[in-house]
Amino acid sequence: MLEVQSLTTAYEGLVAISDISLSVGASEIVAVVGANGAGKSTLLKTIAGMERPASGRILFEGADIAGAPTHRVNMLGIALVPEGRRLFPRLAVRDNLRLGSYLHRRKSDREAPLEMVFNLFPRLAERLDQRAETLSGGEQQMLSIGRALMTRPRLLMLDEPSQGIMPKLVDEILDSVRTIREAGTTVLIVEQRLAETLEIADRAYVLQTGRVVMSGPAKEIAGNADVRRAYLGI
Amino acid sequence: MLTAENISQILMSGLLMGLIYALIAAGLSLIFGLMDVVNFAHGEFLMTAMYATFGLVVVLSLDPLILSPIVAAIMFVVGAFCYRGIIVHAMRARTNVGMVQVFATFGLAIVIRGLAQFAFTPDYRSIPKSWLGGQTLSLFGVYMPAPQLAGALASLLAFGALWLLMKKTDFGRALEATREDAGAVGLVGIDRNRVFAMGWGLGAALVGLAGAILSIFYYIHPDVGGPFALIAYVTVALGGFGSVFGALAAGVIVGIVEAISATVLQPSMKAIGIYAVYLLVVFLRPRGLFGH
Ligand SMILES: Nc1ncnc2c1ncn2[C@@H]1O[C@H](COP(=O)(O)OP(=O)(O)O)[C@@H](O)[C@H]1O
Ligand SMILES: [Mg+2]
Repeated sequence: MLEVQSLTTAYEGLVAISDISLSVGASEIVAVVGANGAGKSTLLKTIAGMERPASGRILFEGADIAGAPTHRVNMLGIALVPEGRRLFPRLAVRDNLRLGSYLHRRKSDREAPLEMVFNLFPRLAERLDQRAETLSGGEQQMLSIGRALMTRPRLLMLDEPSQGIMPKLVDEILDSVRTIREAGTTVLIVEQRLAETLEIADRAYVLQTGRVVMSGPAKEIAGNADVRRAYLGI
Repeated sequence: MLTAENISQILMSGLLMGLIYALIAAGLSLIFGLMDVVNFAHGEFLMTAMYATFGLVVVLSLDPLILSPIVAAIMFVVGAFCYRGIIVHAMRARTNVGMVQVFATFGLAIVIRGLAQFAFTPDYRSIPKSWLGGQTLSLFGVYMPAPQLAGALASLLAFGALWLLMKKTDFGRALEATREDAGAVGLVGIDRNRVFAMGWGLGAALVGLAGAILSIFYYIHPDVGGPFALIAYVTVALGGFGSVFGALAAGVIVGIVEAISATVLQPSMKAIGIYAVYLLVVFLRPRGLFGH
């Protein structure tokens, strides 16, 4: 479904990710793990069109989307739950969700994902009229995931959904990722939390200072002693 | 000398002119709120709309009132084109983005003025006869010039329509979202450049509507936009930068303060009252009356 080939992205000449290749098959949960600064966010932002790649190809369902603007990437079926959530803080929860279905004119295309979001995160349904900025960190993360789901993506990318969230909610959110996949959406998740993430993922890539240093089935990665070192960046 | 009737008359004149000022400022505020760009060519948009009205009156022999929606539509295209043709490029600047934007719109203002002087000469023109020109209505002894009254009503209608657009439509929601975080709207499939272009179009259409009605009772010349733009900048600052409905209240305040200063001081000094109020707000509440 997604095929990243030799992707390199730099910030004003400083290379953040270098020669990264990875693939995500339909209905998989693929994890990219790595320490802070390894380049996980840069990878997702480049795929989503928020950063321009210096070189490489990003094939989504056969089409090269490298360098396409974010809204176009989203239209093609990729949704990103970004670092820092990027909600519209002064808009109500309801409006944040509605914005997710901006491109969908048919009522059924708006109602079906909304029902799914409410099933995943019932507390959002109770807070529809609240401004997004008044939600707790965990609830904001749920809303950001919800907003992404409202765009009806075929590939959902999550950038450290556990960041800044109470442990109890982390499980709830990671559980929701499983449910999302069961409903037919492919998932590419980026995390610092190794154990919990590898538990829900099918395959994983380990990123260290902008390069893939290891990849394989999530179980193997979880059991590999070298990973801890790579992961800690020693 | 100041009778109750006198005072009502001053307040009424101020209110009517104030609503027109609000309509002029609305577009400026909308664009600023949307993308933090001050359009220094706003007064020239007003001037363009006045000449457009004048030209259409001559060519089509229709009344400015009938032509006002057409002028607004023309200005929508002008505004959107300015964004797509100029502003979008200025925003791509890597350094001194703010200054590049200022000079881009300031330069645009000078160019539009120059073109107007070249095409229409600096002569003052006016629309010789129209339905409303020279007409006056009176309500409980308070006189209301018909063109100003039409302008005030058009302003209220425009603000009402703007409110409906912003609160009740998907596009309005996209506009609000872009104001909040333009870098994030792409994540839900919204093309922010389209929203920005629409914002410029709407902003120019609003000032275009004001220009069409002003042309009924104001002389049209290449520099006509300047003083109005100045008032619009004060109105936007007073209402709170980027608060479109703050501009409505601020416009009315500016209009009334102007009318009072023109009477209490003298007409040539009316700007002083406006700036006094503005400075007061700057000292006491720098973000403006309704700013965040
Ligand atoms: N906007 C930016 N400008 C310059 N450098 C950046 C920017 N964002 C990230 N970087 C750098 O790129 C590298 C990778 O960052 P990032 O992708 O955020 O890593 P991670 O998400 O794994 O923590 C880091 O060295 C970081 O300092
Ligand atoms: Mg990150």
